[in-house]
Amino acid sequence: MNIRLLFFASLREKLGVSAEDLALPGEVDTVGKLREFLARRGNDWVSITGDVRLRAAVNQRMAEAATPVRDGDEVAFFPPVTGG
Amino acid sequence: MSVRVQEQDFDVGRELVALTDGRVDVGAVASFVGLVRDRNDGQGVSEMTLEHYPGMTQSALEDIVGQAQARWDLLDVLVVHRYGRLMPGDKIVLVLVSSAHRGEAFSACEFIMDFLKTGAPFWKKEATPQGSRWVDARDSDTEAAQRWEAK
Repeated sequence: MNIRLLFFASLREKLGVSAEDLALPGEVDTVGKLREFLARRGNDWVSITGDVRLRAAVNQRMAEAATPVRDGDEVAFFPPVTGG
Repeated sequence: MSVRVQEQDFDVGRELVALTDGRVDVGAVASFVGLVRDRNDGQGVSEMTLEHYPGMTQSALEDIVGQAQARWDLLDVLVVHRYGRLMPGDKIVLVLVSSAHRGEAFSACEFIMDFLKTGAPFWKKEATPQGSRWVDARDSDTEAAQRWEAK
C-alpha cells in the first residue's frame, strides 16, 4: 500500500525531509508498526521510535500507536505542539 | 463558530464588534489574546517563527471549539491563530467566546486555550542571541488540559 508521510518542526529539520511518498509492506498496518519500520532506516530515523514524546496524526487527526494505517492515508509525525 | 488560521495580524476590537453586532442576546464576551514576549527561558527573543500543519490546524481548532460548545451554553466563538514570522509584541492568537452569562464565557475561553496548547499542530521557533531554537512543550500545559477531565 502507498501512504504519504509528513514531518514537522524539529523532526523535519533533523530528518532533512518534510514529505515523502512511501510504498509500505502490507503488514505495516498501524502507526506503531510504521514507527518501527521507519526507525530501521537507522541514523536520525531511530528518533521516530526513540523519542517517546513524538506525536503522530493519521489523515490529520491525532493518532496513537494502535491507530490503523491504510492505503492512501496521510501520516504525519511531529514533536509536542507549542502554539498559542 | 468561526476559526481562522492566517499569516496576517488581526484587530481585536473589530473582531469583538463583529461577534456581537446586531445581537441582543449576548450578556458576556470573554477574550484571550496571546502575544510574543521578548524573553523566554532566560534568553532574549528577537523573532519567532510559527510553523503549522496546514491541513490539520483548521480541523483541530474546530474540534476543540466543538467540544467547548458541547460542554457549555455558548452563543458564538471565534478563534484566530497566526503563523509565519512574528516579532516581540505581535499578537499570536485570539479567542473570543460569547454567552448569556459570564461563567460560561470565562470557562470556555480558558478550556479552548488549554486544549489549543496541547492539541493544535503549531510549533514555535525562537531566534535568540545564541541562535535559533524550537520551543519545548511544557508539562504545565499538559496538566492544564488534563484538569478539565476531572471537572
